[in-house]
Amino acid sequence: MASVPAVLNSEWTKIRTVSSTTWTLICAFLVTVAMGAALSALLNSQFDDLSAAEQATFDPTFVSFSGMVLGQLAMVVFGVLVVGTEYSSGMIRTSLAAVPQRGSFLFSKIAVAGVLALVVGLATSFVTFFLSQALLGDRGTDIGAENVLRAVVGGGLYMGLIAVFSMGVATMLRSSMLSLGILMPFFFLVSQILSAVPGAKSVARYFPDQAGSKILQVVPDAMNSDPAPYGPWAGLGIMALWVVAALIGGYLVLKKRDA
Amino acid sequence: MIELDGLTKRFGNKVAVDHLSCRVRPGMVTGFLGPNGAGKSTTMRMMLDLDNPTSGTVRIDGRHYRDLQEPLKHIGALLDAKSMHGGRSAYNNLLCLAQSNSIPASRVSHVLDTVGLSAVAKKKSKGFSLGMGQRLGIAAALLGDPEILMFDEPVNGLDPEGIHWIRNLMKTLAAEGRTIFVSSHLMSEMALTADHLIVIGQGKLLADTSMADFIHKNSRSFVRMRSPEQERLRDLLHAEGVVAVEAGNGTLEIDGEEPERLGELAGRHGIVLHELSAQRASLEEAFMQMTAGSVEYHAHSDRDGAPPPQAGPQWGEQWNQQRPGDTAGDRTTGV
Repeated sequence: MASVPAVLNSEWTKIRTVSSTTWTLICAFLVTVAMGAALSALLNSQFDDLSAAEQATFDPTFVSFSGMVLGQLAMVVFGVLVVGTEYSSGMIRTSLAAVPQRGSFLFSKIAVAGVLALVVGLATSFVTFFLSQALLGDRGTDIGAENVLRAVVGGGLYMGLIAVFSMGVATMLRSSMLSLGILMPFFFLVSQILSAVPGAKSVARYFPDQAGSKILQVVPDAMNSDPAPYGPWAGLGIMALWVVAALIGGYLVLKKRDA
Repeated sequence: MIELDGLTKRFGNKVAVDHLSCRVRPGMVTGFLGPNGAGKSTTMRMMLDLDNPTSGTVRIDGRHYRDLQEPLKHIGALLDAKSMHGGRSAYNNLLCLAQSNSIPASRVSHVLDTVGLSAVAKKKSKGFSLGMGQRLGIAAALLGDPEILMFDEPVNGLDPEGIHWIRNLMKTLAAEGRTIFVSSHLMSEMALTADHLIVIGQGKLLADTSMADFIHKNSRSFVRMRSPEQERLRDLLHAEGVVAVEAGNGTLEIDGEEPERLGELAGRHGIVLHELSAQRASLEEAFMQMTAGSVEYHAHSDRDGAPPPQAGPQWGEQWNQQRPGDTAGDRTTGV
């Protein structure tokens, strides 16, 4: 067995020496923060135009995370590229010849990239929260208020899990293009649309992003969203199950298939 | 030492490698020869545990590849020239490999120097030419200072100077007692580097022999004669009991005679000679004859529904086109 610390060290070098890491993570941060701040400012000024139901369930914490709908896509790109470039560059053969224990190889890579995504996700979550609260002024909330810290930490976890989920999918599909072609429309369109279609709604709420984003809400059914049959942590748990399934699938493909 | 035992790989119905058993020994360059599609690369990938064999085993110094601790310190391999991340510098590509096997970073600079890439160490490898990519791959193989080195078609993309360099590198490494296993589809290339030959065709072992033996068995020596008085020469040779075969272009080929005797014979009878030369049939010819059967089957199976092609000579033609500006060295071609 190649030693795990050595493989972790190697994967860290891989991640920090490609430019895609920097630009995807900066993109995830900037898009989430900028869009969250913009929507917070907008809602603050247009508050009176909101419906009564929306005003009743106004959730300043949730509003500050509005940018994650787009920001998560950059996290998806990050996760896909971390794994996918091994295949597109042909590096995978060199990598597996150096570390033939495929489990060690895959999970070291995902651990390093996952922790990095989590750290960036947490930073993004805290920055977007505080900036948005400042813009919301009197309608804002405080980090010390009930469940708010849970939602802000949850925002970081959500972004980290999205990245890890994408890594698992990319390992299964062994291609950046294919993975992006499936994940981007899924998170950006399919999941969003299905969650608004009456019949499909009851299924769509178990999709990883729909279930996971429950953790971002402080007020139940925030902004007049549909009630879910699970709480914030259970929602994150459902998302975690998706992630575990993607990782198991990726591991099995990597283990069985010829490189 | 690499040991293959009944190694077999099937892709669906197609058998890529068929019960291959052989040993690759230390202290010499072992050439792994076969026409394109013979299963060389598949075999090498199975040696590195990248492809799973359908059956059979590979042992590296008695152990499975997967059980090697820090495999780069046992066996280094060049598979594809482009097997590095293009967005990463040459140095960083090697650094992450080194770190995974606890190889000190100083080795990275050292091997980059060995392959002559120090000047471009900080450059992104996607800008590299095929030859530079090949050198980077060789540097990666040398990284762990391994006892076993494996090169898949290493001369591809290299310029003449690079080809000369890799030949010498392989010989030097073998002289240090290392096991060198190098694949090629060019017999001429092998003749210049390999001490031992393993020939496969259609995934089957066709020959496992020393280079000297292979040359001895397969290179036909003959004398070529050309004369403006060809009829007289033929009659003379016939009268002397010498068998001469007409080889076209007004030349005669004579087996089993010394050129001295033939020259004196012609001189005594006053026959003008335009050519009198000792010739050795090419090893490529021998190699092509050996693999012709397997190639024929391969070409047939590749083109479903096509009439059975005359693959032996046909393949030979292709092969001649593929041959780069071939340096024949000490060998003359009798065709």
